[in-house]
Amino acid sequence: MAETRNPNPMSRTDVVDAYFLEHRAKLLDIAAFLDRVDRADHGTDGPEDFRITAMRNALQVLDDDQGERARRVLELMSDETTDLVDTAPGKGACGTPPPSTDNGA
Amino acid sequence: MTYIDPHIHMVSRTTDDYRRMALAGCTAITEPAFWAGFDRSSPQGFFDYYRQLTETEPARAALYGIKHHCWLCVNPKEAEDPGFAREVMSLLPKFLEEPNVLGIGEIGLNKNSKNEMAILEEHLAFAEDRNQLVLVHTPHLEDKRKGTLLIMDAIANTKLQPDRVLIDHVEEHTVADVLDRGFWAGMTLYPETKCTPQRAADIIEIFGTERLWMNSAGDWGDSDPLAVPKAIVELRRRGHSPETIRKATLENPKTFLGQSPRFDAGDA
Repeated sequence: MAETRNPNPMSRTDVVDAYFLEHRAKLLDIAAFLDRVDRADHGTDGPEDFRITAMRNALQVLDDDQGERARRVLELMSDETTDLVDTAPGKGACGTPPPSTDNGA
Repeated sequence: MTYIDPHIHMVSRTTDDYRRMALAGCTAITEPAFWAGFDRSSPQGFFDYYRQLTETEPARAALYGIKHHCWLCVNPKEAEDPGFAREVMSLLPKFLEEPNVLGIGEIGLNKNSKNEMAILEEHLAFAEDRNQLVLVHTPHLEDKRKGTLLIMDAIANTKLQPDRVLIDHVEEHTVADVLDRGFWAGMTLYPETKCTPQRAADIIEIFGTERLWMNSAGDWGDSDPLAVPKAIVELRRRGHSPETIRKATLENPKTFLGQSPRFDAGDA
């Protein structure tokens, strides 16, 4: 767990009281999103979309007791390569590394 | 409470946004050069954009008592064509003379490509030669951590002092490295793709307020020009002291930006 330099003055109960309903709603958004993906026409059967796989992996981080979950989820969804790519593959980012990324290193 | 929004793209915002920011306590802003959502077709397009940043926006902001400053560069999203980027960079010396220009920015990487790095290194050399402050854009989403590390390594190869460089758009997985290497760090408050006001408050709790600021980076996309006052409300709601809030949203921007004699915090 990271050192806390500027502690939140709220008690643990205060934090839960203040934020529980908001994050309950966000949890339901994720549940409904995964249901929506399940209901959608799959087209030709193929592997699960890499973004959904990344989300499932991230959900496991939420349920462990190792702390620093935000940092670890971000790292889970980060490009782990270290070399510059030969050319920029467009301008956008999709939120988690595509499995077939050719880093051109 | 008065505050400074040190990164916002007012060319993409309405006059109503200036009004609402002034009402919320904003006294000064800085506007880095960025991607307009489309590639400019010629260097002349950048010439006009730089005029907008140095002439039009300061006048528009002044109507609401807000001091407007800017940063100039070719942003990394338009750096994949090095020849074009260098043509645009040839315009920079003239515009650096304008009184509201604080330095070079937002330079950096977008997709972590070789051409982007070449243009980044040329911008860093340009800033080094002219002793300019630097504001750095770090890549989006999955590209951020890798790009942030590459950018910091590139800066380390120059004589630029880390305390004259702000590395922007930090999140939980990059803020520690940025601060540990002596740079200033900016948290951008976005609804989805960067920090929320709540997560920015969390980062302040974990890392403190030394060399850390927050900004809205309001632009043409999904963003909120009132994100900084919303973060102030979040910190206040948690019971943080006025001194903590003031340092993160006013004093730190004044300290970093005040390294340029051109910076004016307005009524703050």
